[in-house]
Amino acid sequence: MELSVFVVPALLAGLALLALSRGVDVYSALTDGAGEGLTTVARILPSLVALLTAVYMFRASGAMGALTTFLSPVLAKLGIPPETAAIMLIRPLSGSGALAVAGEVMAAHGPDSYVGRVAAVMLGCSETTFYTVAVYFGAAGIRRSRYTIPAALTADLTGFMAAALAVRLFFGT
Amino acid sequence: MAMAWIWAILVVISLLFGLLNGTMGAVSRAAMEGAAAAVDLAVGMAGSLCLWSGVMALMERCGLAAALARLFRPVLRLLLPRAGRDGETAAALSANLSANLLGLGNAATPPGVRAARLMARGSGGVASDELCRLVVLNTASIQLLPTTAASLRAACGCAAPFDILPAVWLASALSVTAGLLAARLLGRIWR
Repeated sequence: MELSVFVVPALLAGLALLALSRGVDVYSALTDGAGEGLTTVARILPSLVALLTAVYMFRASGAMGALTTFLSPVLAKLGIPPETAAIMLIRPLSGSGALAVAGEVMAAHGPDSYVGRVAAVMLGCSETTFYTVAVYFGAAGIRRSRYTIPAALTADLTGFMAAALAVRLFFGT
Repeated sequence: MAMAWIWAILVVISLLFGLLNGTMGAVSRAAMEGAAAAVDLAVGMAGSLCLWSGVMALMERCGLAAALARLFRPVLRLLLPRAGRDGETAAALSANLSANLLGLGNAATPPGVRAARLMARGSGGVASDELCRLVVLNTASIQLLPTTAASLRAACGCAAPFDILPAVWLASALSVTAGLLAARLLGRIWR
């Protein structure tokens, strides 16, 4: 048995015991949180509809293939599977966009394929960079962000390369 | 507005490629299939997303966020020495960091923004090195459980959605390190 199958059951049971020992109502915490989760789903559903419509059209027209072919020489040098090119392009701009594109990649290649796993790790190790910078600097009244965006994009690119590397390391190709 | 441009560009390019490649029939069908797939995806993810939101809420109520904040206070002092010395800013920073680690995106932003406001006082609209570093930390994902990615995998029929855990940790660690290194190097030349 792999170690990762223990993560979820052990986490749930451990949290339940911890909560009981601290007098926290496990059940209502879970249901309150689940209600919030439902709000999140309801909020992202309209953008998923808009984005997946466009992404499916983009793939069916052959444009996705052209983009992949165009970027593959560069991506191959970086060790990144070219099928994930669209995820990398949209990830810093839109969270639901990245979710839509990664979902499409997983549906096309399978969630347990090399490409599917890299797509998931890319999602897990990055954030919506431009949105975050806009929120923080907007609220703090910063007009000159200096090197923040280049540094943040360096982190994103490193994360994408590391995602491919880590999947190869732990699962092979 | 950025999304409006991206959406329009995707759709217009699809039309052009459909014309050039003679794939217009497929493009036309794909539009409806994409919309339907979006609902399937959202419904497929809904259950696990709700479960993980519940687990995150439970972690917070059990005091795990506060415990994480205490655990990471030395790291914060190291990364943001000036902001870490000010009590109010340090508290906001700890709340921001621990919510990020638990994957509570919605809970991480308010204290993060409060810290950024406090750190920007008297800066005249120019980001200080520490403020840049804080934002870079927040644009790099440092969550311990990648629940959205795992929920997406589960919705796609994956048997062990969390088997990517070690890979996500490694990739996140490398990404955060690269961001902070880049910030340090660029901070010397970019005044």
